[in-house]
Amino acid sequence: MAEAARTFTADDFAPAEVRTDLHGIARPSQSYWQDAWYRLRRNRRAIVSLWIVIFLLAFTLVGPLLWRVDPYAQNLDRISQPPTLAARTLLVERGVQWEGVTLPDWPAAPSSAWLLNPERGELPPPERFEVVGDPHTMSVRLRWSPVANAAGYQIYRNTYRPTAVNELGLPLGETWNGNEVGYEDQLALTPSTYWYSITATDGERESEQFVTIPVDVELATTIDNALMRGLIESRDAVRAGEYVSMPANPLGTDYLGRDMLARLMHGAQTSLFIGIAAPLLFVLLGTIYGAFAGFAGGRTDDFMMRIADFVIALPFLLFMILIRVASGIGPGESGILPLLLALVILSWPATARLVRGQILQIREEGYVEAARLLGARDHYLILRHMVPNTLGVILVTLTFAIPTAIFTEAFLSFIGMGVAPPVPSWGSMCNEGLKSMLNSPHELFFPALLISITVLAFNLLGDGLRDALDARMRSRE
Amino acid sequence: MWTYTLRRLIQGVITVWFIATATFAAMHMVPGDPLGSDRATTEAIRANLEARYGLDKPVFPDQYLIFLGNMARGDFGISFTQQNRNVNDIIREAFPISAQLGILAVLFAAAGGVLFGALTALYRNRLPDVVIMFLVILGISIPSFVFAALGQLGVVRLNNLVGQSVLPVAGWGTLQHMLLPALVLGLGTMAFLTRLMRSSMLEVVNTDYVRTARAKGVPPLRIFWRHQLRNAVLPVITVLGPAIAAITTGGFVVELVFAIPGLGRTFVEAVQQLDYTLIMGTTVFYGAFLVLMVILVDLIYGWVDPRVRLS
Repeated sequence: MAEAARTFTADDFAPAEVRTDLHGIARPSQSYWQDAWYRLRRNRRAIVSLWIVIFLLAFTLVGPLLWRVDPYAQNLDRISQPPTLAARTLLVERGVQWEGVTLPDWPAAPSSAWLLNPERGELPPPERFEVVGDPHTMSVRLRWSPVANAAGYQIYRNTYRPTAVNELGLPLGETWNGNEVGYEDQLALTPSTYWYSITATDGERESEQFVTIPVDVELATTIDNALMRGLIESRDAVRAGEYVSMPANPLGTDYLGRDMLARLMHGAQTSLFIGIAAPLLFVLLGTIYGAFAGFAGGRTDDFMMRIADFVIALPFLLFMILIRVASGIGPGESGILPLLLALVILSWPATARLVRGQILQIREEGYVEAARLLGARDHYLILRHMVPNTLGVILVTLTFAIPTAIFTEAFLSFIGMGVAPPVPSWGSMCNEGLKSMLNSPHELFFPALLISITVLAFNLLGDGLRDALDARMRSRE
Repeated sequence: MWTYTLRRLIQGVITVWFIATATFAAMHMVPGDPLGSDRATTEAIRANLEARYGLDKPVFPDQYLIFLGNMARGDFGISFTQQNRNVNDIIREAFPISAQLGILAVLFAAAGGVLFGALTALYRNRLPDVVIMFLVILGISIPSFVFAALGQLGVVRLNNLVGQSVLPVAGWGTLQHMLLPALVLGLGTMAFLTRLMRSSMLEVVNTDYVRTARAKGVPPLRIFWRHQLRNAVLPVITVLGPAIAAITTGGFVVELVFAIPGLGRTFVEAVQQLDYTLIMGTTVFYGAFLVLMVILVDLIYGWVDPRVRLS
């Protein structure tokens, strides 16, 4: 490639202008915390987690102010109800007995020819089996077609579809004549789907053949009861057969008919309180202990760390339970404090070790030596150099300690060694929900979901903080 | 090597002594009287019992020394609630069950963790990595009792679908009984090990010796087995000790949910019924077992990795 010919002028040989602005720092200097906050903000997962944590705190602190339902109020009408946004109840008059159905021109007893026949076989079940009127929790009316040579009928009720005669269980009721073909179930039910079955009997032997129908039972309340509970203003304003709305349970109810949303909010107060207060306390304790040991050094350090080693060697869950038992829970106490105490007693050494290691490392740094040479005192060194340089590590430890503490609380409450009932906590709610898992999964699902989301959010936030705060522990992604 | 082993063992004995002392102290802080009034005892029987357990003597040093002496001889005493049974017998019966479950769970966790961790590192930032790491985060965030409940629900559905019992929902006895509880028990540890294995494998993937092996034409599978996996798996071994601890104590919940008559359930029931001797016996036994496991894993680590000098 040929170079373009160029002529030089005197200007080309003039001395360059001295520009001092090039040597200055172009951007404003960033402090450690500004830099960390900038890094954290760029981590989308951590920011989403941060919002989830804020939402959870709002759910816990503000939630009960907005949703003023008593988490301890039991409502035996509404046991294990699935989530609904609009709950309503049918109004009925109090206890009007149904006279049943009796067919005047059908024989009440089997013919003697049938009874005397030794090889007569089994009676077939009724051909038709149906519900009369609206089935509701105060009464379910059933009628069926008569069976020839029947001396009566047995009615069964189950919460599942029976597939064999031995799954029917004990009869709910029976009629004593072949022409009595109506039955009213007045046992107070909870609204759900029930399976009614019927068999015929000839007076000596019950048939093993049955028919089954599913019945969706809706909630009904007598007008008197509704008045008493303040659901309606006065007797005259309503008539039987109308619906009135009731306080809804957006997340359903538990096995005692308590509102799940209110219990989850109050349970969050327990779980998050333990989950945040305990790590705060033991990280603080561990930091002071570790910093002292690391700063003192020598024999004091050896002795203090040996104690920490022993506490670490204790089997964690076993001693959580032991300390919880040893501190004893009197009647009416929630058991939150013993749990907190046990967590603090058993968890501080890990932080102490970490902080001690950091302090030992920082002690040898050049800048500390320089500060010492310049005549800095101990408290200046600690406050100015050691604390700020370990704060990031401590903060990360704290964030990771929170999900562990929440997990521990949930575990202990789950095996009945945590918070004492009726105080709700997410773990004990899971334990209660486990028993009715097959029929009403929401009782287990919601508390389990909240535990998982909380632990997940704190874990991801911890990852983000670690990447943002601590260059040495930064994960290689 | 031998002096190191000996020193670790002596340290272990001191640790177990500390655990026993802490247990003793904790149990003596429990409010109430072990020979409480709800059990029908006459004055004579009570005096006999007090003499038998040394309860008529001061707590320290007499009761404490009796307790330590019994522990040293491996005699954990007689159960307070199960009639005519030694704590030793109860542990001897329940522990093998927990151990079988634990071993299977550790196998699940270690095999799964190493395999998935290696996969994520090899397929870094590609689909298998993203999917597995997402599952790992779920595995770390969901409590084991939720997994246990979901597992049981799944088995119930499966059995209904097939129309016969494919897997038992709870109980103990056969290998089929062990599969689901062991899997549930191992899941948390598996997630943890996968994470660890991933970062350890990422360090190894691009080392000089791997590049050399590739350059001289070693087949990829052989590089994976001999050069990458072998070196990356070492850190996993170090955490196996704590992992075994986590799995054995995590067995509480799994044994309760799946109705397995292991040591974890025995302990929880003993605590609920305030069976003093059984609680102390199980705690000291567990503690000694865990200490032994950690020492064992450390020794194995030194044997596997000659670079680690046991000093």
